[in-house]
Amino acid sequence: MKVAISAKGTDLNSDVDPRFGRAAFLIIVDPETLEFEAVDNSANVSSFKGAGIQAATMVHDRGASVLMTGYCGPKAFQTLQVAGIKVVSDVSGTVMEALERLKSGSVEYLETANAEAHW
Amino acid sequence: MIISVASGKGGTGKTTVSTNLAASLDRPLKLLDCDVEEPNAHLFIKPEHLVSKIESTFVPVIDEQRCTGCRKCADLCQFNALAVIGDKVLVFPELCHSCEGCRLICPEQAVEEGHRELGTIETGVWKHVSFSYGRLRVGEAMSPPLINRVQSLIEPDDLVIIDAPPGTSCPAINAMKVSDFVLLVTEPTPFGLHDLVLTVEAVRQLSIPCGLVINRADIGNDELYHYARREGLPILLEIPFQRTIAEIYSRGGLLVEQSPEWRTRFCQLFASILQAAAEAEVSQ
Repeated sequence: MKVAISAKGTDLNSDVDPRFGRAAFLIIVDPETLEFEAVDNSANVSSFKGAGIQAATMVHDRGASVLMTGYCGPKAFQTLQVAGIKVVSDVSGTVMEALERLKSGSVEYLETANAEAHW
Repeated sequence: MIISVASGKGGTGKTTVSTNLAASLDRPLKLLDCDVEEPNAHLFIKPEHLVSKIESTFVPVIDEQRCTGCRKCADLCQFNALAVIGDKVLVFPELCHSCEGCRLICPEQAVEEGHRELGTIETGVWKHVSFSYGRLRVGEAMSPPLINRVQSLIEPDDLVIIDAPPGTSCPAINAMKVSDFVLLVTEPTPFGLHDLVLTVEAVRQLSIPCGLVINRADIGNDELYHYARREGLPILLEIPFQRTIAEIYSRGGLLVEQSPEWRTRFCQLFASILQAAAEAEVSQ
């Protein structure tokens, strides 16, 4: 199993980026082995519209089945749902702390988007 | 001849100038309110028998039977209106800019024509004025496609007055770019001047001659006049800050209908526009 976490930096000690579509990096990590890869999301940071859709597609392409982030808008959420990816929102602290929360089982999965669409 | 009435700052008097200019002339013309997000010229030019027409634009609809999930459409789309998850294509019609590139690139002819409503165009007649305005659908984020539809009513040799949206972004540029002359309405305040400078820069990029109407001409300071002189911008009309003018406006009246003096001034404004446009053509 792989988990995607929106992050401000490139390693597991980086802070979680509360934005999903326009996060600086998306860290794709195996919570058991802690093997990870940091995907540069800068192309989406500056995209005109639909950053969340692109980021969601990327998370799916990298094979993650859970996304941990701060806020997830309606278009990103719709894309993630079609991809069968579960979303944990309102995540803060470091990437490592987020992983520990996930492993301890004290997370709730989002039922609907928790942020408004941007124009 | 197409004259657009524009301004950087909102609330400077574009509608006052465009409706009074249209009403003052004694020849057939088209008045197009292209401020489709907030049309208001119809409150002053009150056309009878308005006909309403719904306008819509292309958005893709995917035939799932034909689609192989090859992603060519999603990779092409610059606005992320299409996403492919596995073999399923997701369409976000509100992000689509209707370029139809997805239709052209699909090797399976799986992209069919769907529609997104842009809004309506209302058309009617008032005296010598053939009047149309666009009304953007609530929730529609892009106004330029509907502005272009309103402008598609222009025929060669028409005399047209366009009431443009405020600002210097895509809606204002779209409304102005088809015109032969831009009449910039401004006011002698720091805000008025600041936004006028931006608009003059945009109009010069478009290589369209322009002139100024100064509304509430007796308030504020002289900076606007210094700027106009420095830049060689002709001041074609000044409207004072007068309670009687504000009262006529607030009742939905036309200045030129209530005052022969103002009718003459707006007729002179039209003559000045023709002259300034002709001079600009000569100097080019």
